[in-house]
Amino acid sequence: MYQYNQDDQTLINERVAQFRSQTERFLKGELDADQFRALRLMNGLYIQIHAPMLRVAIPYGLLSSTQLRKLAHIARKYDKGYCHFTTRQNVQYNWPKLEEVPDILAELAEVQMHAIQTSGNCMRNTTSDHLAGICKDEIEDPRPYCEIIRQWTTLHPEFAYLPRKFKIAVSGALHDRAATQFHDIGLHLVKNEQGETGFKVFVGGGLGRTPVIGQVIRPYLEKRHLLSYLEAILRIYNLFGRRDNKYKARIKILVKEEGLEKFKSLVDEEWHHIKDGMELSDERIHEMQAHFVLPHYDNSASIDSTFPNHLESDNAFATWVKHNTVEHKVPGYRAAFVSLKAPDEPPGDITDSQLEVVADLADRFSFGEVRSTHRQNLVFADVKQADLFDLWQQLNKTKMATPNIGTATDIICCPGLDFCSLANAGSIGITREINETLDNLDYLHDLGDIKINISGCMNGCAHQSVGHIGILGVDKKGEEWYQITLGGSSENEAAIGDRLGPSVPKDQIAQAVAAILDVYVKNRIEDESFLDMVKRAGLTPFKKQVYANH
Amino acid sequence: MQIIKDRNIIEDSWQFIADEHPLLPGDCTVTLERWLKEKEQLLRHDGKVGVRIESTDNLEILSGDLALIPLVEVNFVIFSDGRAFSKAWLLKNRYQFTGEIRAVGNFLADQIFYLSRSGFNAFNFEGNQNLTLALSMLNDFSVSYQKPANQF
Repeated sequence: MYQYNQDDQTLINERVAQFRSQTERFLKGELDADQFRALRLMNGLYIQIHAPMLRVAIPYGLLSSTQLRKLAHIARKYDKGYCHFTTRQNVQYNWPKLEEVPDILAELAEVQMHAIQTSGNCMRNTTSDHLAGICKDEIEDPRPYCEIIRQWTTLHPEFAYLPRKFKIAVSGALHDRAATQFHDIGLHLVKNEQGETGFKVFVGGGLGRTPVIGQVIRPYLEKRHLLSYLEAILRIYNLFGRRDNKYKARIKILVKEEGLEKFKSLVDEEWHHIKDGMELSDERIHEMQAHFVLPHYDNSASIDSTFPNHLESDNAFATWVKHNTVEHKVPGYRAAFVSLKAPDEPPGDITDSQLEVVADLADRFSFGEVRSTHRQNLVFADVKQADLFDLWQQLNKTKMATPNIGTATDIICCPGLDFCSLANAGSIGITREINETLDNLDYLHDLGDIKINISGCMNGCAHQSVGHIGILGVDKKGEEWYQITLGGSSENEAAIGDRLGPSVPKDQIAQAVAAILDVYVKNRIEDESFLDMVKRAGLTPFKKQVYANH
Repeated sequence: MQIIKDRNIIEDSWQFIADEHPLLPGDCTVTLERWLKEKEQLLRHDGKVGVRIESTDNLEILSGDLALIPLVEVNFVIFSDGRAFSKAWLLKNRYQFTGEIRAVGNFLADQIFYLSRSGFNAFNFEGNQNLTLALSMLNDFSVSYQKPANQF
């Protein structure tokens, strides 16, 4: 993975010093609340119900075991012994003390980490495919480009006070695992007719209150123009994005109001002026690629009989392998997920001791690295098949081997009322109730690939509008109600879910989900997936069942 | 009145003249609208004349006149309006403006590093800003991933 050079390190050290001074001046009353708000947000610091919340950047989801141990140490020393992985591959602490945040940032800087631009109206952490570099369907490893973008976005002087937040995601594979079409800019590595690799550029996608699928603004962008094209889009957005209404300030609204053609012509004109001055050289790209060379795989990893034997003899292990591991481009290796979706724990949460277990397992079994995923789990990317049994046993002991990756209990969920001052609903509690109704593993596995996303409010942090089943908390005269959507997807066939009908009260939402799954089981044709069945049959059969008693 | 200009704290006497008032003796800035309307007359003023740009103004209509203007000031109504940063960048790069680019209005000392990297070289703070502190913030960072505005 990318290792900081002296300049990278100097920059984050100087950022810590800057934020320390800003915090001190705020506490002395020399900065007012509004001024400090803008400054602290750009360092990932929110003020929430109980305490500040600090969001730490994990660039494109890559973490070393050293960094994991530091996250564990911070959880133990400055927080309540746990932290939370987000849908944008970052990590959040829910209980830091404001005056200790500069110290936390200094500790992070020791292991090449920071909280820069994890919040605020600026360019956020660049996200990517958690299977980058190892999946079979990859055109090119996106990570070198992610790091190039990370550096370009970091402390960009002109684009720190945008109309609204701005998110970029990059995918290098045929299968989009990074929800790129729901980002302000989505980049897909593609090949042109000459067989050269470049980027297909999507713009104006986004979730939240107004979910929009990104549109293709440029079907093929040469790599050397990557940064100039991004800069052109950002300059047009910064100059013309709406600032009169924060709910209409994202780039998706600008693209919609101007129309794609007009927006594209503005961008192209800007780009024309700057593209020659900002070319990415082949040398720079190669230099960056050298940071992401593949580890030294064992060529004989597939010559091993223990793995098939364990699969044969241990059902629980075989089930875990089936659901929580995926194939690797190198024979004899697999990628293994760490499920952060144990039935009785808030989705995405991990304790300090679990983090340390993951760090040790990464060192033993996966070249000292782990990745965070868009669905709030972790993944060891490079595990030898012969090591999987041992790995599974260790994960099992520490409640990180629930065999539910990609199933209906692999729920994406926001912190909800328990932590967030915006929330209308206790999404964590709802997740727990759904888990209780789906406690039969055979039934869960029979349901197959079902993505349930639960957000506690319109802001949609848990991407409910692209859940196969989306659940949105709404407030009705001080009571928690839930709106259900079906048929959303953040993958290649991007779709925004359709609303099933009137919202249901809190005590009926788990039953409603059970009813929806029941309709699917009874109506699916052969091995038709949930999403395919919804597409084929529409909402009617689901409506009948869910609202049967109303 | 003291301002920061070219990394020094200096005495400054530029004054902004609202549209309904006549120019005062000395160096004055006027709104873009007034400049466009009264250019000929303004150029006969004894002191120097600069133009104040709002974040909603279109720079392009001023581009032909930039050689006549020693100072463009960009006004912040609120510090979070980032258009000013792009305006300065455009002045410096697209329009090759070589005069003074001054930030005025409601902006923060904590923004001075980014402002300077975007093309501003002078800073006139509202209220009682400690200028020595603000000056030191120009050195908050010794490294940057982006080229400064005058090196494109």
